[in-house]
Amino acid sequence: MNDPRPHPRGGLGARKKERIDSLARAGARRDDAPDTEVASAGTVDDRAGVSLVASAWRRLRRNVVFLAGATIVVLFVILALVAPLVAPHDPSAGLLLSQVRQQTNPIPGPQPGFPLGGDQAGRDLLSRLLVGSRQTLYVGVFATLGGLIGGLTLGTLAGAFGGWIDSLVMRVVDVMLSIPSLLMAFSIAAIAARPSQWTVILAIAIVQVPIFARLLRGSMLAQRHSDHVLAARALGVKPAPIVFRHMLPNALGPVIVQATLVVATAIIDAAALSFLGLGNPDDRVPEWGQMLGAAQTYLAGYPHLAFYPAACIIVVALGFTLMGESLREALDPKSRR
Amino acid sequence: MSTAASPPDRRHPTAPADGPAVHDPAAAGRSDATGPLLSVRNLTVRFRRQGEEDFVAVDDVSFDVRAGQTVGLVGESGCGKSVTSLAIMGLLPKRGNTVTGRVDFEGIDLLSLSPRQLRDRRGRDIAMIFQDPLSSLNPVVPIGVQVSEVIERHVGLSRAKARPQARELLSKVGIPDPDRRLSEYPHQLSGGMRQRALIAMALACRPRLLIADEPTTALDVTIQAQILALLKELVQDSGTALVMITHDLGVVAGLCDRVNVLYGGRIVERADRHELFATPRHPYTNGLLASIPRLDAPRGQRLSPVPGSVADNIPWDHACAFAPRCDRPVAACREVTPELVTDEAAPSAPGGLPRALRCHHPVEPGQESR
Amino acid sequence: MSPARAAGHDGHDHDRSGEREQQREREHAQEHRPGREPDGPAGEGTDGDVLVRVRGLKVHFPIKRGIVLDRTVGHVYAVDGIDMDIPRGRTYGLVGESGCGKSTFGRALLRLEELTEGSVVFDGVDVASLKGEELRRRRQDMQMIFQDPLGSLDPRQTIESLLLEGMSAHGLTKGQDTRTRLRELMAAVGLPTAALRKYPHEFSGGQRQRIGIARALSVNPKLIVADEPVSALDVSVQAQVVNLLEDLQDELGLTYLVVAHDLAVVRHISDVIGVMYLGSLVEEADADSLYEAPLHPYTRALMSAVPVPDPEVEDVREQILLSGDLPSPAAPPSGCRFHTRCPWRQETRCDDERPELRVVDVTGRSVAGDADPTRRGGPGASSHRVACHWVEEIAAGTITPRRRAASDAEPETIGRTGDNPPGRSADSGA
Repeated sequence: MNDPRPHPRGGLGARKKERIDSLARAGARRDDAPDTEVASAGTVDDRAGVSLVASAWRRLRRNVVFLAGATIVVLFVILALVAPLVAPHDPSAGLLLSQVRQQTNPIPGPQPGFPLGGDQAGRDLLSRLLVGSRQTLYVGVFATLGGLIGGLTLGTLAGAFGGWIDSLVMRVVDVMLSIPSLLMAFSIAAIAARPSQWTVILAIAIVQVPIFARLLRGSMLAQRHSDHVLAARALGVKPAPIVFRHMLPNALGPVIVQATLVVATAIIDAAALSFLGLGNPDDRVPEWGQMLGAAQTYLAGYPHLAFYPAACIIVVALGFTLMGESLREALDPKSRR
Repeated sequence: MSTAASPPDRRHPTAPADGPAVHDPAAAGRSDATGPLLSVRNLTVRFRRQGEEDFVAVDDVSFDVRAGQTVGLVGESGCGKSVTSLAIMGLLPKRGNTVTGRVDFEGIDLLSLSPRQLRDRRGRDIAMIFQDPLSSLNPVVPIGVQVSEVIERHVGLSRAKARPQARELLSKVGIPDPDRRLSEYPHQLSGGMRQRALIAMALACRPRLLIADEPTTALDVTIQAQILALLKELVQDSGTALVMITHDLGVVAGLCDRVNVLYGGRIVERADRHELFATPRHPYTNGLLASIPRLDAPRGQRLSPVPGSVADNIPWDHACAFAPRCDRPVAACREVTPELVTDEAAPSAPGGLPRALRCHHPVEPGQESR
Repeated sequence: MSPARAAGHDGHDHDRSGEREQQREREHAQEHRPGREPDGPAGEGTDGDVLVRVRGLKVHFPIKRGIVLDRTVGHVYAVDGIDMDIPRGRTYGLVGESGCGKSTFGRALLRLEELTEGSVVFDGVDVASLKGEELRRRRQDMQMIFQDPLGSLDPRQTIESLLLEGMSAHGLTKGQDTRTRLRELMAAVGLPTAALRKYPHEFSGGQRQRIGIARALSVNPKLIVADEPVSALDVSVQAQVVNLLEDLQDELGLTYLVVAHDLAVVRHISDVIGVMYLGSLVEEADADSLYEAPLHPYTRALMSAVPVPDPEVEDVREQILLSGDLPSPAAPPSGCRFHTRCPWRQETRCDDERPELRVVDVTGRSVAGDADPTRRGGPGASSHRVACHWVEEIAAGTITPRRRAASDAEPETIGRTGDNPPGRSADSGA
């Protein structure tokens, strides 16, 4: 089918006019200045080139979905940085502990100075939510980074060498994939003797490793068989530069998109682990997933205790997902000009 | 673009399109044709683009096809030939584009039909075959079922009755061992056989118009010869009108009665094939013919390419889009949009249809660069 | 006049000479026994004008099955025994239909595919036996141009960096003015220097192909394998690239192997042409004699199928329509690989005896070809070689083809030769 590609001289009216004028001038001078006519190869303008990343960024800047996602993510990161400064109270101090009555009033309600009330230990809920963003960001980012590093290593090994190394790595990855993620988390918590924030991160990271590895290997293999890698081989480029300059960078697109999406799932997974009691037992430093997990005891009487951290998680996860999806669209070769 | 905005039902005064007004039935060589079967008038397709102005893929295209006639739409990538065929068939995506003009098939404007009415027409009266036969066939349904489905749908036969017809069709298009092929899946067939199967499906309801969009581009030359011979046979035997969309001038030379050369979304030259190849009038047609090596020409001659690429086109608004690549431009080429007018100066065979040309400074007979 | 008709015409006034044929066959057997040619620099002195000498080249791809342990269940015989001499400074055109192995051959020549068997002597060195760093260094001499101009350029590299890459891989950036060299390269392919700062996606198809050519030139190669160099381009642009390739050859003394399916393009650009069918050469001759007198039935059919952009020719063009399609290279037919589709197929020899490529002198044209010594290549180039048992009889017209209509195709699958009726109209000359 005919490629309805954008008109090459399209662009906004003014720019087009300029083009026509310059072409017309070139045409008028044709006889005395033959080098200004359309060369046999066609015209090439003098502007510096725009790389694919740059042109993807130009498209992204206009994309409403991406802007919405990016706004949420940026706000979240800023909040995580400044939370201790803006939090009205110390999130670990039981300021409302005096109001907590195990039988009649386990959760202190909203009151002046404490707009969302306190938790079961009498700590200010708002301050804990605000400061909790920091730990949540840690979990999301470090779990993703861990998964990414592991996945990149395995995927590059498999995709770059192929053959029996590929088979071996992929069998290992398959075994990892076949273990349920919760079981994996249980095991890691057990090995670590005592669950902590880092066991949560490690558990989630290890679960992500095979996903990243498979993804990268698949796209590395596609690159391996692409003409431009064949061209580099034919040119006599050494094997290492072929892998690291040609195959890996071109294979990274889907992995970067996946990483953005994984930040969201990592935050949700951390919440799930906490909910099942596999999270960080030390609740002096708040984290949204852990707060959600702690709220389950009081879910019937005091649902707001679960609602606030859950809402925060949903909004942040949505932010990362929106960003990831629009990145995927922007990097899709089919949507390229 | 001002010229594209003409009202759909207005006949462009300067765009002769082999219509009844200029058409002498006796001269056409096909006495049974009293009027055009398909009459395309001022067809314009615009694609909307985010943040940029519309891209006019097909620009004020008018042409006629009569029963038993083979009409060629020839041009390079981006010339609008495929979009034209999709617009005629109503197969363009619903969003992101606007189609204006008229596409009269036996007097009914296809563009005004509802999607349902159009679906009925497609397959029954008008059929289309595409360049890539594999992606045009459903990979998980056997060939036989796919062919019978067309018959069931448009002729209203039961599956049991449609199957023998499907078998007959497959053997008609030269698929050997049709009984076995009926139960095979598209991936089990070779490229040539797939294209034959597609042609069988297109012929299932004896359409009066067949649109072939680069039907042999994906095929090898020996298979191409088979398919072209098959199409030629079909047109001769059944009187089906054929619109042949191709970039290959060799295919056009052997197959088409009437040829429309497209450039930048507009028809730039129209002529009967013998006249077109003998005396190309538009510099683009002339340049194309001079740039392809011929198997039967003496070796050692240098080719004369058309400089630049379609990326060098300028908009049609106040110029000729081909002007930057043209080897014989005059000042008017960059100031005035050339119109498609009847080409009086061109030599034309006695009794043939008049030629049409969109050029300020056409190639004079005898000056062809060959 | 169409080549097919010309061939038919020439055939009439010719009388077959069995004795001469046998003699030729013996000569050929000594000259071109595959794989037994003395390799290495020893042969260099006598074959100074042969840049690449290929003997008995085979590339078989294993078909693997299995989940844990890969089991080889068969082979795709992509290239199955090819002898070829590519004369220095000339263009060898390799034509054939998709799936005939021509692209695999081109890549195997550059050691971009693993060779199963055979030798490739390039400028006196057997590159088939080179490994690792030694092979990498050799790549400077042999470059490639690809069919898909966009896909063969790394989308993340500017033109400058992709041109510099090959140069630095071979130490060509040291102690030289690389800027000048880059500008020279761009000028050589007709692009402005401004293009250096741009990325591949910002060019038109023809310009991209020029960039691909500039990259191939960047390391000063002796041989360029061009795999379908123009088939992805618009018709009006194809001629630009063809002319550019010709100019560069004249200027730089390059040797080309042009692999393509478009016979008209190959004929235009090539000095010597080889026709490939299902992994082997069926005919080889210099461009003029091949087109004036195609001898192998497949070559005849192939050439008669090419449409000519001239209605006058088209109206009278005689076509030899082949039945069916190319058999699978994983299960090639026995005997002559073309016998399942050959309109001239005979009941003897064709089915069970694989014909060797032998020098044939049917029309005396190979002698006429020698008249222009400047267009002559190395040994073998002046001879018309054909792999067909019955070529003399076919040329003489004592065997005539079966004719059929377009809608009368026969089963194309191989291994079903029983379905094919034997040559009906064949009054066998044997």
